[in-house]
Amino acid sequence: MFKQILTRTIGLVSGVAMAAMAATSVTAETVKVGFITTLSGPAGIIGKPMKNAFELGLEHIGGRLGGMDTEIIYGDDKRKPDVAKQLVNKMIKRDRVQFVSGIIWSNLLMAVHGPVTRSKTFLISSNAGPSGVAGKKCSKDFFNVAFQNDMMPEGMGKYMTAKKISNVYLMAPNYQAGKDMLKGFKRMFKGKITGEVYTKLGQKDYQAEISALRAAKPSAVFVFLPGGMGINFIKQYAQAGLSSQIPLYSAYTVDAISLPALKDAAVGTFGVQHWSPDLGNSVNRRFVSDYRKKYGKTPPFYAAQAYDTVMFLDNAIRKAGGVGDREKLRTAMRVGDFSTTRGTFKFNNNHFPVQNIYLREAVKEADGSYVTKTRGVILSAHGDAYAKSCGMKW
Amino acid sequence: MDPLLLLEQAFNGLQFGVMLFLIAAGLTLVFGIMDLVNLAHGALVMIGAYLATALVAWTDSFILGMILALPATFAVGALVEIVALRTLYRRDHLDQVLATFGLILFFNEIVRIIWGPVSLYSGLPDYLSGHVEIIPGAPYPVFRLLIIAVGLAVAAIIYFIVAHTRLGMLIRAGASNNEMVGALGVNIKSLFTFVFALGAVFAGLAGMMLGPLTSVEPGMGEPLLILAFVVIIIGGIGSIRGAFIAAIIVGLADTMGRVLLPVLLRAVVSDAAADTAGPALASMLIYILMAAILVVRPRGLFPARTG
Repeated sequence: MFKQILTRTIGLVSGVAMAAMAATSVTAETVKVGFITTLSGPAGIIGKPMKNAFELGLEHIGGRLGGMDTEIIYGDDKRKPDVAKQLVNKMIKRDRVQFVSGIIWSNLLMAVHGPVTRSKTFLISSNAGPSGVAGKKCSKDFFNVAFQNDMMPEGMGKYMTAKKISNVYLMAPNYQAGKDMLKGFKRMFKGKITGEVYTKLGQKDYQAEISALRAAKPSAVFVFLPGGMGINFIKQYAQAGLSSQIPLYSAYTVDAISLPALKDAAVGTFGVQHWSPDLGNSVNRRFVSDYRKKYGKTPPFYAAQAYDTVMFLDNAIRKAGGVGDREKLRTAMRVGDFSTTRGTFKFNNNHFPVQNIYLREAVKEADGSYVTKTRGVILSAHGDAYAKSCGMKW
Repeated sequence: MDPLLLLEQAFNGLQFGVMLFLIAAGLTLVFGIMDLVNLAHGALVMIGAYLATALVAWTDSFILGMILALPATFAVGALVEIVALRTLYRRDHLDQVLATFGLILFFNEIVRIIWGPVSLYSGLPDYLSGHVEIIPGAPYPVFRLLIIAVGLAVAAIIYFIVAHTRLGMLIRAGASNNEMVGALGVNIKSLFTFVFALGAVFAGLAGMMLGPLTSVEPGMGEPLLILAFVVIIIGGIGSIRGAFIAAIIVGLADTMGRVLLPVLLRAVVSDAAADTAGPALASMLIYILMAAILVVRPRGLFPARTG
């Protein structure tokens, strides 16, 4: 396990310089970020592009966050809350990081939220956005540069209501984010819900659920099944002959990670996201083309968020003139005026983003590749539903 | 609930059941005859899946790749038995557990080195990716029907071998008292190698058929191994007949539990509570079933070992 905890030093002239710095009290002048993500197991297909994009972001800023010496400590949480907790402890106590970031899964974020924020370390979520830390339990030391879980399904709920689709069948894994997603959908969806099913997290065979789904005769299906779960589900959905019968809508399911495996099985399905590789702003164009050049793949939204995390940290540290003064740093972070792949970005009072939610369609390009195309803005400058119960004011 | 839906779910349960049987068959033979606890049996499922994926890509033919993967898995199984397991028969179960656990790590790492840590998603050829309407209004995937057919055919073949051949007689004799079989002049060493490799082929076959349905990845066999142990404990260790019946029971119970429990619970408690408790209870169901069966029949449904 320790082999996988990769330590990488960026921006230091030599190991000698590092040792000299560690020996004196100048360590506080080095920016240290702990980047914990899932690099092994079936969910590694999400963590890998996040790490890639994080490294690409660092490359774009010359390896120095806010122009300072920077050290990134990577950790593999294996999608296990206890492993994430151990990594966080080690990074805070031994490596003395000022920031912890990278967590993908909501249940893992919930597990480390307390330990990190209590230890006067900033927790920056570059993916997970559980409702549990967006409302009453919002924290001045927690920032989310990705989304709040409910936002995307809210967009889908609004879209499907506008399209006058009723009798929708819902499906999500049985964990924190799954619950948030379906709650978000129901918040904005006004039609009838035919069924609501929670499956095991990491489930691989959905045949029994698909049989039950067909028998319920819904006019549409909405699923939240990220990573490998979505690939298996949509493949089996197509194998059962349902893709031509019941239209499939999704959130966080059909993306640059699953599309290369899904191919035609996903073409024509609609999804919702706060980002898409074809967004026309200059930051995004550079990010997408450099990512494709370096890694030979289209980046998924997870990657865009990790890239944004670098830009967010870089901007805030530069404005605060270092990492020594946490109050100053927090004020700089709250402005949220970094160059983002999403074009515009603003923080809500609970430190969660206020952003556009786009409708995306999976399409096959003329060159044979599969991508998502933006088909319009469903919700513009959308904030999450929990911000009003967060007591933080600034 | 609609009877046609129940019938379709029974098909799903049967398909899962025969898959479990393929894995449990080898496990119960090895446990029953050689008295070896083989935790690495799940790794053989994975090896079969990887070999099939690689051979399908290499031969560019789904059927040919699958067929070639069978002797390849047999060879891996025989090799593992000769190199690693042969020395473990005389040791106690704890040593066997430790050694075969080591084999799990070894195999997971080896596939990671050769094929990488990322899951492989293979597709099905067009002639297998369709569906037929066996139940009115519910087209069923052809490949899943094929899995049921292959599983039942393998069960019939194993039954024939065990009940009607000389080899089967030796296997049954070995399950009852392997020392006596050796004392009677049977080459027990090569019998053990053959039985182990045969078990590996069945496990590998399960992995091969699972690959196109889901994904092929390091450690994919471990969750199935736990279920296979439940199957052989319910069925009675060493009994092929027991393994078959128990596998079908577990497959049906798991599938039915997953779809019916949340629905039934919703009738009793609030929807939110049912959504939380339903899936949780469904994943415990087969263990509750195992405990219940063990209370009534502590040695499983069809205990093979008498001594």
